[in-house]
Amino acid sequence: MVTLTHYLVLSALLFVLGLFAVVTRRNGVAILMGIELMLNAANVNLVAFNKFTAPAAVQGQIFALIVITLAACEAAVGLALVLAAYRSLETIYVDEINLMKW
Amino acid sequence: MSWALELLRAVVGTVLIFTGVAVIAAMFGVLLERKISGWIQSRLGPKHVGPQGLLQTIADTLKLLQKENIVPRNADPLIFASAVIVVPLAALLDYVVIPFGATRGGPLIYRDLNVGVLYFAATSSLVVVGILMAGWGSNNKYALLGGLRSAAQMVSYEIPIGLALITVAMQAGSLSTVAIVAAQTTSAPHVWYIITQPISFLIFLTAATAEVNRVPFDLVEAESELVAGYFSEYTGMRFALFQLGEYGEMFAMAAMAVTLFLGGWHAPWPGRPLLHPVLWFVVKLYVLIFVFMWVRWTYPRFRIDQLLNFSWKFLIPLALVNLVVTAFFIMVLRA
Amino acid sequence: MSGETVAFYVLAVITLGAGVIVVTSPNIVHSAVALIPAFLGVTGLYILLNAEFVAVIQVLIYAGAITVLILFVIMLTEGGTGLRVHQRNEQGVVGAAVAGAMAALLYAVVTRTAWGTGTGTLPAYTPGAIGQSFLGPNLLVFEGTSIVLLVSLIGAIIIARKED
Repeated sequence: MVTLTHYLVLSALLFVLGLFAVVTRRNGVAILMGIELMLNAANVNLVAFNKFTAPAAVQGQIFALIVITLAACEAAVGLALVLAAYRSLETIYVDEINLMKW
Repeated sequence: MSWALELLRAVVGTVLIFTGVAVIAAMFGVLLERKISGWIQSRLGPKHVGPQGLLQTIADTLKLLQKENIVPRNADPLIFASAVIVVPLAALLDYVVIPFGATRGGPLIYRDLNVGVLYFAATSSLVVVGILMAGWGSNNKYALLGGLRSAAQMVSYEIPIGLALITVAMQAGSLSTVAIVAAQTTSAPHVWYIITQPISFLIFLTAATAEVNRVPFDLVEAESELVAGYFSEYTGMRFALFQLGEYGEMFAMAAMAVTLFLGGWHAPWPGRPLLHPVLWFVVKLYVLIFVFMWVRWTYPRFRIDQLLNFSWKFLIPLALVNLVVTAFFIMVLRA
Repeated sequence: MSGETVAFYVLAVITLGAGVIVVTSPNIVHSAVALIPAFLGVTGLYILLNAEFVAVIQVLIYAGAITVLILFVIMLTEGGTGLRVHQRNEQGVVGAAVAGAMAALLYAVVTRTAWGTGTGTLPAYTPGAIGQSFLGPNLLVFEGTSIVLLVSLIGAIIIARKED
């Protein structure tokens, strides 16, 4: 029997993986990938809550769809920023992009 | 243990679809392609292996099976090898929702998903991942260029395909492929959607041609510019698997067009069908395949900027307008 | 074990295994490719949760579009060249500690809370129910999202385009 807790633990682990990528990666694109993993974890939560606590409404699935849409926006803008950074600074390693550090 | 049964069903289905696609789509498709190109160019085409060259592709396959699998020295072996699996697999996934015909027990379909049309759009978009992997993994600039072109092209042409699918789903009131066929043939007006949705049909065919990388949209593997594009470095059976994926995808697109616009497995008239439903499906399928091949040997290739402009500045606005007009008429006719 | 349990654990292993590769692989292209099994595993979870519409949209947008975009940008910026560059910064230990603490916290919260269980069943045809909801009670959310989409579309074009 798969319960809500199973899904929540799985999504917590996925979220933590994403968080680790965001904290430790140098490459801008890899950080975006970590963010995508975190958003996916949140989506699993939303859909799981939808099924287990309020099955009659589809509100959780609707939230998940909106999060997916916004993730697409975020990916598009984020990758555009990476491209722009590569073009003007010739690096996509975020620790080398330090023009405004001091 | 119903899930074990389900698993068995999935394995059997995969094997059946794989053999079906490999034999009917890839082997016979390649032969047909060569025969039709020969006919269009006033040549004879393959003629020597078997009667009228019918066994030519079998001979080719046997030859490819014996060839050595070469991996370029600085290629990424893991990505290089797994790309070969991704491309045909993504093409095969398309066939899950295609109804090939009907028997007494109901439509002949692997699984009638209630989101079938969207499923088709989703799985057919997975092919590009395999192409990018092949392009990058080969460590060859022509392959990489082919992969990048394919990514730009397929992401652009997915949108018109999606919009064309939506208009059909709107008119049928369902996303299930079986229900869409039923809406065209068994319910009241008996009109195929090619008549009520001609613009959607043309958009779908055009974008499908681009999606399967065929002339005039074959920049991905443009022989005169990129050797063979993303599969330049592949040899032997791996090369054959890419061909299988490509032809499988083309047949899947044509089969989907038959399902959505040409009434699926039904005869063009109500009443006695004369042919078996599966045969009707195959006849319609090959008519569309012939159109694909006819176009391939007739038109020259686009340039990459023309290709992207054509999608973003012509097909997508047209599809959007078509969507709005369809929605308007559906509202008016319902009211 | 029921089929659902088996499927859940298989999908969990696929998702988390691919996630670990995404996070730790020294090769950025391997990370990006490993995103696909991770996303497909999540798709499987959605199907287990009877959310087939969300599942299909997940494949269409994440696996089919976002991953392709990510691979595209990697190939445009690094091609094959940047592979020997160190991919991880010096915060590896701290990051692992933070992530571990976060995991422990989330695990404690998730397992100790008594989650309420709802009654009722999912609508038979979820895409229809979702559509009704998007054009009914959630219309404002829908419109807001579409504006965000438009803004990000224009923004992405302006940011990424060459100045000339």
